[in-house]
Formats: sequence, C-alpha cells, structure tokens
Amino acid sequence: MRISTLFYTIRQGFKSIWRNFWFSLASVATISACLFLFGLFYVVIANFQNIVKTAEEGVSVTVFFHSAGDECELKGLEHDENQIPTDQRIEEIGKLIQARAEVSDVKYISDDEAWDTFGPAYFGENYREGFPENPLEGWDSYEVYLSDVSLQPALVNWLQSIPQVRKVNYSEMTASTLSGANMIIAYVSLGIIVILLAVSVFLIGNTVAMGISIRKEEISIMKYIGATDFFVRAPFVIEGMMIGLMGTAAPLAIIYVLYQYILDYVAGRFTMLSGFLQFLPISDIFHFLVPVSLVLGVGIGFLGSFTTVRKHLHV
Amino acid sequence: MTRRERKRLQCEKIIEEKGIICLENVTKSFPGGAHAVNDVSFQIKQGEFVFIVGDNGSGKSTLLKLFLRELVASQGKVTVMGQDLSKIRHRQIPKFRRNLGVVFQDFRLLKDRNVYENVAFAQRIIQMPTNKIKKNVPGVLATVGLAGKYKLKTTQLSGGEQQRVALARALVNKPAILLADEPTGNLDPRSSWEIMKLFEEINANGTTVVVVTHAKEIVDTMQKRVITLKRGKLINDVEEGVYGDED
Repeated sequence: MRISTLFYTIRQGFKSIWRNFWFSLASVATISACLFLFGLFYVVIANFQNIVKTAEEGVSVTVFFHSAGDECELKGLEHDENQIPTDQRIEEIGKLIQARAEVSDVKYISDDEAWDTFGPAYFGENYREGFPENPLEGWDSYEVYLSDVSLQPALVNWLQSIPQVRKVNYSEMTASTLSGANMIIAYVSLGIIVILLAVSVFLIGNTVAMGISIRKEEISIMKYIGATDFFVRAPFVIEGMMIGLMGTAAPLAIIYVLYQYILDYVAGRFTMLSGFLQFLPISDIFHFLVPVSLVLGVGIGFLGSFTTVRKHLHV
Repeated sequence: MTRRERKRLQCEKIIEEKGIICLENVTKSFPGGAHAVNDVSFQIKQGEFVFIVGDNGSGKSTLLKLFLRELVASQGKVTVMGQDLSKIRHRQIPKFRRNLGVVFQDFRLLKDRNVYENVAFAQRIIQMPTNKIKKNVPGVLATVGLAGKYKLKTTQLSGGEQQRVALARALVNKPAILLADEPTGNLDPRSSWEIMKLFEEINANGTTVVVVTHAKEIVDTMQKRVITLKRGKLINDVEEGVYGDED
C-alpha cells in the first residue's frame, strides 16, 4: 500500500468524525456514559474493598506461653517438663509463625512491654507505684497479623497444637464478619461489573453499528467503483477507534477530578474518619480503570466498526 | 512471460472470440424459485453501444448486477473482460470492477464531499499518486462540462450536473466498459439528451457502453443495438433497433 493511501485513509477516518458530527457526538456520549458508570462503580467498590482490607489487616491473634506461676498453676495444674519455653524456643516459635502462609506480620511483645502498655491504660501514669514488680511477668506474647482473615481458624488450630502455647486470643466473630463481608463484596462487585460490561459492550457496539449502517450506501458506492475491503473498512475503523478514545478520555478525566475533590473534601471535613476511611490513591484506581476503559472504549470502537462494515461489504 | 501477462493475453483472446461481455444460457433465480433472468445468451463486442430495455421486472437491472459481479448466475456463464465471473474470488472483485465505470439513476454520489473529491475518490481507490489525481480529475471534469464547479458540494448541483459528476467518476479511471442503470431516469429531457450525447462521445473514443433504460424516445432516436427483455427472457436483439421492437 502506498504511504499516501495510508495517510488518506487515516485522514478520512478523522474527517468522517467531523462529517458525521451528531452521530459522533452521540457515540462519544454513549461510550462516556457507560464508562463513567463503570468507573464510578469501580471506584466505590475498590474503596470499599480497601476499607475492609484495612480492617482485616488490623485483625490479630495473640499467642501466650506457659510460664512458672501462670494461671495453669493457679488452677492447680502442673506444667510438663517441656511446656515452659526457653527464650530460644520462643524465638523459634516466632520464626515458625512468620513462615506460615496465613501470616502477614508477627510482633514479639515482651512482658515488660506489655506492662508498659497495659499499666498506664488501666492504672494511670503512676501505675508503677502500686506494682513495684511487673505483674505480667512471664506473659511474653506474639501479636500475629493475618494475610487473609478467612484463614484465621487454621492458624489458631495450629498455634493451639504447640505444647508451649498456653492461650491463643482471637475474635472469631470479627474474622467471620470481615471474611463474609469481603466475600459478599467480591461476588456482588463481580456480578455488577459483568452486567455493566455487558451493557457497555451492547450499547457501544450498537451505537457504532447504527452509525455505520446509516452510511451503508457510502460503502456500496465504494465497492461499486472497485474499493478493496481494506480501503472501505480502514476509515470506519479509525473513526470507531477515535470515537472510542474520546468516549474513554472524557469519563476518566471527570472521575479523576471528582475523586481528587472528594478526597480533599473528606480529608478536610471528616478528619476523625481518616483513621477508618482509608481511600485508595488515584494512581491505584487508574492502574486498573485506564486499561479496562481503553479496552472497552477503543476496543469496542474497533471491533464494532470492523464487524459492522463487514456486514455491508458484500456488494 | 509472466503469469500476469499470460492471463492478460488469454483474456484478450477470449474478448476477441466472445466479445467484451458474453452471456451463455444465463439464469438467475432467487430464493422462492423466481427467475429474474431466464436462459439468456448474447455477446457484446468491444466498442459497442447497447441499450437493454424492458418493462419493470424484466430482469434488466439483474443483468447489470451480473455484469458487476454483485450477483452470481445460478446457471450458465457470464464472461466480462475475458473473465468467467463465476470463478472470480471475492478479493479479486475490486480489481475486476476497476475496468467498469458505473452510473446509476440516483447518481450515488458522496453527499458530504465536493465535486472534485467525488471524482478523485475513484482514483484514490486505485491508489493513483496525488499529483496524478490533481491532473486527471480536472481533465475529466472538463470532459463532462463541469470544469468550473469542482469546489461545489454535490447537493448544490442540478440533477443533470450530479449525473455528470457520476459520469466523470465512472470515466476517470478510463474503464473499458461503461454500465449505466437508468441514467436519465431522474433528469429532464434536455439534461437527458446532454448525458446521452456524452455517452455517445465516450463510446466514440472506444469505450463499450451498456445502457439500461426506459427512455423510449432516446432509444428510438439513437438507433443503437437494442436488447429487449421480458419476464427475464431475451425476446429481441436488434442492431439499430427501437424500443419495444419485436421484429
């Protein structure tokens, strides 16, 4: 193909957008509306999931070890020889916990650190006055953070099977609630995304198809005077892709501006919620939204025009 | 000798033997069994001027579509420019059609483009370099008497002028055959005669012209070969005939 022919077809694609101004505008508006809805829903769902995920990350399991004079002995139960761990064994257990797939982080809290946290919270700043010695002596513990809250039961079972572990503190309800919420969000968002995608594909595809169908006489003229399928199709495909691109750019720009505004507004107005409401940064949102919107807008513009022109090529 | 040259020579030989258009027992039937064209045979020699006449539904336009390879014969053989159209592949059709110029009753111009662009479009299709297009298009527009109107939109032209643009578009690639489907159907008598005179001039320069028409006065006056169809059958084929001549 000649370079001049290539440039001609590209130029014709661009000119067609202008020539069929109202159709182009309607197509861009349809694509924009579909992708705006899709983007808006994605932003809400992504942030909601992020909030749940942040809450999950805060869920921890606390592991306590046997020690001389602990509540077991108070209850009249004697410790076995191996039950009271050495410092080395506690360290070993810490490493074993860290190596588990369910675990995202492990924090060792010595009995002194525990008392330094617990004392002021319950007895005020002068907590040491009433307790010259650490009442939590021997209460060394691990605070274990989960990578996936739904795996908590498996981890707890394993921890409880370690002979040196006296007690595992965990909240079954928090874990199951968060895990359930996460699952519901995943299924609902998947369902809505699939429906929105299907509606977008249908609407965008039909808009492009309709615009080409009203120009089928133009296609037949081209074919009668000896145009190849490529020559007929190329300007329509370029037009379809450009309309798709414009239809994609507009909602992305609106979502960008709107999202930044909402982030600033919430940060300024609801400072006390900032610890709980962890919004995703715009870069994380666009990391998914830009390629998907481009595939939807430009991809359907391309496929829609390609297949619709083909229907009218048999002249 | 290359394969292309061999094929060209073969086509030339067929054109010499069978004419530039040759129909051999051609039948075109549509779903439901109706025969639009029924066992029609004739030849058109290179450089001839032929009218195809007949009532509505006689199969005239179907014949034209068979020549253009828009339709394929259900039976029989259609040979145009030495090529058996039943054997031509879909991707070869555009190249084949570039040998034919087509003019329609409703002009079929690209309404959003001006006169120059409509004619240049036919040259773009055959990938003519831009500098040659700039030279060829004004030339052919002058031939059809539209030299000064190349910048106008086709919607700004009269029916006769629009048909001239369509004719210029059909001629710009120097086709061997000019096919016209009711070219004067939408024109007043004066414009009709102007168009027919242009057809005659084009034919005088060696182009084969096939005109499907209802225009009795034109057919009777021009005294060219007339092929008459009735309900899909060829009922008459007369040199220097008149409309409705049934011997």
